[in-house]
Amino acid sequence: MTDILPFLKSLISVAGLSAYEDPVLLLIKKEWMPLVDEVSTSRIGSLHALKRGSGPGKRPAIMIATHMDAIGLMVTRIVEGMLHVGEIGGVDARILPGAPVVVHGQRKLPGVVAIPPLLTLPEDKRTDPIGLRNLLVDVGLPPASVQALVRVGDLISFDTKPMELAGETLSGHSLDNRASVAALTVCLQDLKKKQHAWDVWAVATVQEEETLAGAATSAFALHPALAVAVDVAHAKGPGADNWQTVGLGKGPALAWGANLHPFLHRRLEELAKRLEIPFSVDLAPEHSGTDAHALQVAREGIPTMLLSIPLRYMHTPVEVVAIKDVQRVGRLLAEFISELESDFVSTISWEGKDGDK
Amino acid sequence: MATSRRGAAAPSLTLLRRLCTAVAVSGDEGEVRKIVMQELKDTASDIKVDALGNVLVTRKGRGGRRLRVMLDAHMDEVGFMLVAENGDGLYELTAIGKLDARGIAGKPVLVGHKHTPGVVGAKAIHLMSAEDLKRPISAEALRIDLGPSGKASVGDRASFAPNFRRAGPSIMSKALDDRLGVSILIELIKRAPANVDVQAAFTVQEEIGMRGAQVAAHHFKPDLAIVIDATPANDLPMQREGENSFYNSKLGLGPVIYVSNQSAIDDPRLVRFFTETATKARIPFQVRQPGGGGTDAGAIQRTVAGVPVISVSVPHRYPHTAMSISRIEDWHNTHALLYAALRRITPDVLRGAGG
Amino acid sequence: MKQLLRRLTDAFGPSGHEDAIRDLIRKEVRGLADEIRTDALGNLIVRKRAGAAGRSKGEPCKVMVAAHMDEIGLSVTHVDNKGFIRFASVGGVYPRNLPGSRVRFMNGMAGVIGLEPTDHSSDVPSLDRMFIDVGAVSNRDCPVKTGDVAGFERPFLDLGGRVAAKSMDDRIGCAVAIEALRKLGRSANDVYFVFTTQEEVGTRGAQTSAYGIDPDLGFSIDVTGWGDTPGMRHFEMALGKGPAIKIRDGGMLSDPRIVRWMVRAAERNRIPYQREVLLGGTTDARAMQLVRGGVPVGCVSIPCRYVHTASEMVDMRDVENAVKLIVAMLRTLPKLD
Repeated sequence: MTDILPFLKSLISVAGLSAYEDPVLLLIKKEWMPLVDEVSTSRIGSLHALKRGSGPGKRPAIMIATHMDAIGLMVTRIVEGMLHVGEIGGVDARILPGAPVVVHGQRKLPGVVAIPPLLTLPEDKRTDPIGLRNLLVDVGLPPASVQALVRVGDLISFDTKPMELAGETLSGHSLDNRASVAALTVCLQDLKKKQHAWDVWAVATVQEEETLAGAATSAFALHPALAVAVDVAHAKGPGADNWQTVGLGKGPALAWGANLHPFLHRRLEELAKRLEIPFSVDLAPEHSGTDAHALQVAREGIPTMLLSIPLRYMHTPVEVVAIKDVQRVGRLLAEFISELESDFVSTISWEGKDGDK
Repeated sequence: MATSRRGAAAPSLTLLRRLCTAVAVSGDEGEVRKIVMQELKDTASDIKVDALGNVLVTRKGRGGRRLRVMLDAHMDEVGFMLVAENGDGLYELTAIGKLDARGIAGKPVLVGHKHTPGVVGAKAIHLMSAEDLKRPISAEALRIDLGPSGKASVGDRASFAPNFRRAGPSIMSKALDDRLGVSILIELIKRAPANVDVQAAFTVQEEIGMRGAQVAAHHFKPDLAIVIDATPANDLPMQREGENSFYNSKLGLGPVIYVSNQSAIDDPRLVRFFTETATKARIPFQVRQPGGGGTDAGAIQRTVAGVPVISVSVPHRYPHTAMSISRIEDWHNTHALLYAALRRITPDVLRGAGG
Repeated sequence: MKQLLRRLTDAFGPSGHEDAIRDLIRKEVRGLADEIRTDALGNLIVRKRAGAAGRSKGEPCKVMVAAHMDEIGLSVTHVDNKGFIRFASVGGVYPRNLPGSRVRFMNGMAGVIGLEPTDHSSDVPSLDRMFIDVGAVSNRDCPVKTGDVAGFERPFLDLGGRVAAKSMDDRIGCAVAIEALRKLGRSANDVYFVFTTQEEVGTRGAQTSAYGIDPDLGFSIDVTGWGDTPGMRHFEMALGKGPAIKIRDGGMLSDPRIVRWMVRAAERNRIPYQREVLLGGTTDARAMQLVRGGVPVGCVSIPCRYVHTASEMVDMRDVENAVKLIVAMLRTLPKLD
């Protein structure tokens, strides 16, 4: 099996913030082109890659969505050479102080997020933690240089470098959701050596962290018969141990809840057991918080499923995933796709076996 | 069998009891879906279940210029999901839909498709201090207890245990929201008048974001839509100075016609049409207080190139709790109003600028 | 243009009840467009077809320009025994903007907003502890009933270079759209000026009208917040510095290609502009972006002070420059591949 680690590291070494995904899109396009038949982009910039199936006539299509955008910051004001910021996606301001960042101005500028001296703040803002509105980014340049190089609306991304940790884990920023892009790449690599009746649309969606715009609009445009989102799930770790967490390195998390079709969940569970791929069940009682939410209600509705990669410290610059989990998701997906019968959709039923959940 | 105006049979208590006894929490509506399919299998021109589990029924009319009228009632109820097993028959739970947290402890529940009985226990008052008794019961501290060695699966849904009863002019039950609407819609389809094409959607997941209605409307692309739901009646006596000016609706005053809520502004032409219909047919009605709340109309209105909508609901007290109360007469009058409206509606109702 | 703005801001049109403002706009655009129609949710769609030059190059590009007709308002929930009227908000109505306000109902009846007393005179009660007083003495002689809708009332104020009125949000956008339509004449593109409904309650009209039109690209014209009055620390936008090219707001990220197009049009034509990042609030563009297979969108904003009060203030230079900018944009569309 090809080593997915170098590709994944390259994905988490570029920015690609929501609505500005070009840097990561180029990397993904280059990697996917030899694996598929056709590559195009949606009207708002999602990457669509089609691998045709071998079935006869008009083949049904499955869409696999992995969002390629990442969270970050944006310049809102410039005051005496210091940058005020707003968020792109959901950023926890408590982890920002001291974080190395890159300001994407007229050129890339290294910077750091700073807590201003408390006495420069109004009394009621000297809280712990300091709110995002009072944090500043310092690029170490005199105000005149900053004025010339940085403008309101410029992007700011995390600059933490990828680090391999013990136990074959990888740490870095934007593993949410570049780890899933890597998993989908593993799937495409596997499919290169397999027969599959269905057409496969591998889609790297835009703007999941803001509005799910990419998933909603690509599902509308491609009109697939089935949809699977691949995202990340909260892994157990310090302060995170309840029912909303799954084990790191314990295999893919298969989602269960209103957003997902129970028939698809059961089918994937049976497959994982048969392939001896360990897995957890990821409970999403109302809302999965992922592209699956938009995929399920595109047009007249699409039977949808969600596979997740366990990940610690979500939405921080030091997210952690187990490489094995990335590979397992890719493999499970490829097997699932290759086993889809041409008439699979007509077999989808709502009523499970007696006593099944 | 009770008959409302013009000989159209009102929905029966037997049917309503069957519907309220079913366990169908948002995302897992199979039991109500089965009842609906059984009731309508001989009636519809076309009946199917879509990708989200909605039941979509078409009943074409005959002759003339016919409106495509979408009717909507939601099959799901609020409830719980079991999220972790603690051993000894105890399970952690989380709410599905907006439940009134104060109404969960001390209630019997049914879990999963096997209807395994359980209780949401509450610590005995003998074991509590005076201060404890004044503090609210936190949802995280609650557990579903199936009894020692009781078994269910993590991921199973649970609802309040069925408890349907008639009390004089009233019905008391869990899930009156929206089994009242479902029962009305079943009867409207069975006796659909010929002057309209009826596109009926028994929707899923209304309580968690009107998800089913969105895709059902995309499928039907109707000329207009009428949503049949149950709306809160906060018409209890004041225990402080002032009038109750936030009752939303009241029991005993008839079907509730909406003008607007948080999710949708009802089309003024349809509001006028329904109030005229009620007046002409001498059916009592009330206007819901604007603001707050939501129905499937919110999702339907925004689909495709826009759909004029209105909601007409049955008033009920204690929404989203183990036992709501409604008046049989309000329920029957809601059905009567909808039937009368369908019989006299024509494409002219949409004459004049929309919105 | 001030006269047009006065007429537009005076008109009645809380979300869901846009008949009066729609009729007014219809009169204003008569003769300027090829096609005028109203859709299922009351959006007024004014189409200016591509000229022969545009059509000879193959399918002309479809552009949607949205400005919302609706304004915030109040709807009656209850008339009490003494004739005082309780209400719910229509759109973003904030308690601190209400004391002393006057309202006018659709049936012409006027009223004032009263407050229940609070513990400290500096506190503002919540909306459910306010009421409208139309001078009635009981609910029997009160000329309004549950479900009736009112808009805010304040006379148009001409301060010379700047003007203030109620519903500048977004009648200023409607005025700019009308003027742009007038000045654009025939272009190479199929342009749809859409005067939308129900923006203030969730960009509903924009969503459905965009679905119906299926544009290749689009933008909204709306007001944006301001940062140039005492104590305002978070935004750069200021009156008199030009229309704002929106990069981001609380509900949407503009398509970078659309932002570039707008900036290029401004710089080439030497039109002053500001770069806008607004935290909180959104516009019709958000709904347009998500429709069908997606639409590249942005927004041209008019800097506006005191938004969602009855005295929203804009600078006429910004308004005129916005018209110039939009006409320049519509004459040279961006390449989107």
